[in-house]
Amino acid sequence: MWEPEAVKKFNVLVEVTLQPGILDPQGTTIERSLPHLGFDGISGVTVGKAIRFTCEAADEGAARGEVEELCKRFLTNPVIEDATITLERA
Amino acid sequence: MTARVGVILFPGSNCEQDAVEAIRALGGDAEVLWHGDATVGDVDAVVVPGGFAHGDYLRPGAIARFSPVMGAVADFAGSGGPVVGICNGFQVLTEAGLLPGALQKNRGLKFLCTTVDLRVETSRSVLTSGAEVGAVLRVPINHFEGNYTCSSETLAQLRGDDRIVLRYVENPNGSIDDIAGICNEGRNVVGLMPHPERACDVLLGSEDGKPLLRSLLTAAANAKV
Repeated sequence: MWEPEAVKKFNVLVEVTLQPGILDPQGTTIERSLPHLGFDGISGVTVGKAIRFTCEAADEGAARGEVEELCKRFLTNPVIEDATITLERA
Repeated sequence: MTARVGVILFPGSNCEQDAVEAIRALGGDAEVLWHGDATVGDVDAVVVPGGFAHGDYLRPGAIARFSPVMGAVADFAGSGGPVVGICNGFQVLTEAGLLPGALQKNRGLKFLCTTVDLRVETSRSVLTSGAEVGAVLRVPINHFEGNYTCSSETLAQLRGDDRIVLRYVENPNGSIDDIAGICNEGRNVVGLMPHPERACDVLLGSEDGKPLLRSLLTAAANAKV
């Protein structure tokens, strides 16, 4: 019996972070408040976005290509932001 | 014929009526264009006004650039039509790729709502053709992501091509090279963070926005011919 080519489903996590040198007022404010709350020794706080979705594609390479394009065109502003993509089979 | 200016209304825009009123007070004809229509009609100039288009979700301007009207705005700009993006409108134009660079959050962690001095840096743009180079204008600002940034290559290009239209006399938000407004290569697309439409009546504390919007009306009238 003929079977259609299986479409695979992937769970995707895109983490959007500000590029080095771009101001991060939320990160700065959180870091400044830490000593008041008694948390010492924490530094380098940055705040980004986590965007989760599922993606259907023939294989992991195709899924990654699609998500990279999505990041470039929509989910990030490449002038000031970077994206880190994590993919796993759903 | 009176120059006709289209002011785009996105869900979340909140300065479109200010722009319409200011343009009408200067003798121009103004109409509101809905973002969901894939046309700018027969207008002679386009204003992308301030506000929070699409709630500023994801990033200011990130969703607005995909609104149906934006394709028509890009075509209009591509054929030399005058386009001005004010505040959120500037953010929309950078996201849409009609202007280079991006607007990052203000240095100093604060939303800024105040009036600043702007210096006119060039009269070679649709927004400053009738303004005097070196003139200082008192114009309100009202933004959180108004800190203009771009690559060093882009900055060199903007400087070299005389495309920095307005600079802050005292930089309120940390923008690179004190930039308050820039234009594209064709000089017909201008983006600026300050609000000239809110500085067109003595009752509002300043009339210094008038020479800027008058310049736009002149450009619109010329585009009509």
